Amino acid sequence: MPYLLPSDVLVWLLVAAVAAYGWYCHRYAHLSVPWARVFRSPAAVASAVVLSAYLAIGLLDSLHFRPALPAKPGATEKAYSTEVLSMLDLGLAQLRGRAEKTYSAPLATRSYAKEQVELPGGKQARDFPRLRFGGAQLQDEADWAEDVARRVLAGFAVAALAFAAFAFLIRWLRRRRPEVPWNAALVAVGVLLFLAGPAFALSTHYHMLGTDKVGQDVFYLALKSIRTSLVIGTVTTLVLLPVGIGLGTMAGYFRGWVDDLIQYVYTTLNSIPGVLLIAAAVLMMQVVIERNAEWFSLAAQRADVRLLVLCAILGFTSWTGLARLLRGETLKLSQLEYIQAAHAFGVRDSHILARHILPNVSHIVIIAMVMDFSGLVLAEAVLSYVGVGVDPSTNSFGTMINAARMEMSREPVVWWALATAFTFMLALVLAANLFADAVRDGFDPRVRM
Amino acid sequence: MLTYIVRRVLYAIPILIGVNLITFALFFIVNTPEDMARMQLGAKRVTPEAIDKWKAERGYDLPLVWNPTEESLYNKATRTIFVQKSVKLFLFDFGYSEDKRDIANEVKSRMWPSLALAIPVFILGLVVCVTFALLMAFFRATYLDFWGVVLCVAMMSISALFYIIGGQYLFSKVWNLVPISGYAGGLDAAKFMILPVLIGVVGGIGGSSRWYRTLFLEEIGKDYVRAARAKGLAESVVMFRHVLRNALIPILTGVVVVIPLLFLGSLLTESFFGIPGLGSYTIDAIQAQDFAVVRSMVFIGSVFYIVGLILTDISYTLVDPRIRFE
Repeated sequence: MPYLLPSDVLVWLLVAAVAAYGWYCHRYAHLSVPWARVFRSPAAVASAVVLSAYLAIGLLDSLHFRPALPAKPGATEKAYSTEVLSMLDLGLAQLRGRAEKTYSAPLATRSYAKEQVELPGGKQARDFPRLRFGGAQLQDEADWAEDVARRVLAGFAVAALAFAAFAFLIRWLRRRRPEVPWNAALVAVGVLLFLAGPAFALSTHYHMLGTDKVGQDVFYLALKSIRTSLVIGTVTTLVLLPVGIGLGTMAGYFRGWVDDLIQYVYTTLNSIPGVLLIAAAVLMMQVVIERNAEWFSLAAQRADVRLLVLCAILGFTSWTGLARLLRGETLKLSQLEYIQAAHAFGVRDSHILARHILPNVSHIVIIAMVMDFSGLVLAEAVLSYVGVGVDPSTNSFGTMINAARMEMSREPVVWWALATAFTFMLALVLAANLFADAVRDGFDPRVRM
Repeated sequence: MLTYIVRRVLYAIPILIGVNLITFALFFIVNTPEDMARMQLGAKRVTPEAIDKWKAERGYDLPLVWNPTEESLYNKATRTIFVQKSVKLFLFDFGYSEDKRDIANEVKSRMWPSLALAIPVFILGLVVCVTFALLMAFFRATYLDFWGVVLCVAMMSISALFYIIGGQYLFSKVWNLVPISGYAGGLDAAKFMILPVLIGVVGGIGGSSRWYRTLFLEEIGKDYVRAARAKGLAESVVMFRHVLRNALIPILTGVVVVIPLLFLGSLLTESFFGIPGLGSYTIDAIQAQDFAVVRSMVFIGSVFYIVGLILTDISYTLVDPRIRFE
């Protein structure tokens, strides 16, 4: 049975909005030119490829359903599980289902912790037991290296095939759009494919990046965390934009007491240290959710609402920067002749704001939006560490790091969960930062030569 | 100048009142003290008596803003949660935390470890970032500059948690150079402080250096720089005498405002390294859901922020003689 979580609705609405914006831009030259300029930068093209890979995983993870339970004899109605799964879980069913007992190192065949095991002679001894799934197909552990190498090569072979297909596609694209640096895209696609190919080839029979404390596959957890990061990075801006745009342009346009009031509000909000304000709001939200546990029929729904409320809180505490930028720009714009001409013609204020001011500050909005994304992804990890982030049951890089950080003091060190979370996060944030830089260069009229 | 400062200080009062109202609304209206008691006492099946006792002990048994049970008008207005808990913050009377300690005393004693960490990070960080940015601006449009910017973006993209965890692992565990966490008073503190200070500085390099670099480049494009070069000044003189000094003005805006906030310390570094400062105090309070402490820290933080804003304005007049306040 398909099941829509509240954040799924927002995610797909956002996708629709971006698609509509893209179509709208495509029709007007003055809107599509800056984007064309963005995509002339090799760094932007490469990071766009990486971001779309993340986005694809995130979107797959946003199609949820509740699996049907095996029908009881005599039951007329179909019963559905209380567990909410996504299409991504379906694709990674093997990774999800194969839980070990506890930690195991990447590609290991034996557990991290010693246990009582039965020796062939019937005697008991303390040893590292074989994993239930990781490398279970090996009769003899001595074959391990050969088996891993074989799988990596198979993965590379598949990746090479896919890469060749992409190369053809890009050759065709290059003929249509020669100005875009397609080589950068090709390199990025190549790197992604040659990482993903062996990763999936190994994941069918091993825990490629090890397992965590309760034996879950770390690679699976990292893939599931992507959606949380993307939701926080995008839905927050959805909250932030209307407030920031509305108040910022109004303050700059109306001036007088409106300006004083709005400036007062944002100085007040700004003067509370960000983490404290977020923490206070999240603590309060937790109490409200605790008190009204009956609002949510499923645990997944509750965790999801918590995620969205966190986005809303982040949005309401971080609109001040955008509002200040827009106020300054609107102050400047409203002095210009064309606005005064509009006044003289008797155009309504709301109309001037919407038709004459807003389009001319839109570059600031777009730049602020892409610049905020990476900061929000990083903030999520910190907030989860402080204890005011996402629900502990939600997969996110923050919860992964939080769960794994105590294990650095173990001997031998359990490094894989931390390393995975940081690597996945670094790739996402780095791509977002590079893309944001290109967008700024493309849209900022001061940079234009 | 004096009248300007007085006016700025007066202007701070409505902002502090606003902060106070926001925290009051968040902590007492969105959630009643009843909910807080339930949360603190834990189980859902707590008895009403236990809740009443909890509230009475902490003075939450008063009405929110108006107390009709009192006799005099003065008591009607003041024997309320709003006056007792929120207005008293203005007198720096923070009350007691959940474990019944005087918050004001805690703040006073925890301020020093915070400063011992924050001041070296601040000064070293500023020196390192300005130097790095100046170097990039000096070698502008060369490979050195390009890779410098790439390095900055990469460093910005790394989570602060990674710097801390990675640094602790490498320096304390693998190389055994410094203790992994802890704090001692006096000169012994140095041994515990080296690593947190280093991590604080390194973690800030990416973002600040890149920003300072754009500020320097903006200055370099201006006419007075061209004039300075035209009259035959060496590039290093142009950079230090002219560009650096003029670019310091915008750098100052971003920097002076954080000086008072140094008292609050660094949340993450302090709690990872077990430094008993205000940052770890705040994190512990958040994790223990100690609302009284969180409320006090919000108020202290906003006071410091406003002090920072005023200091910024004053420092402007000191470094830039063109700016005069009437």
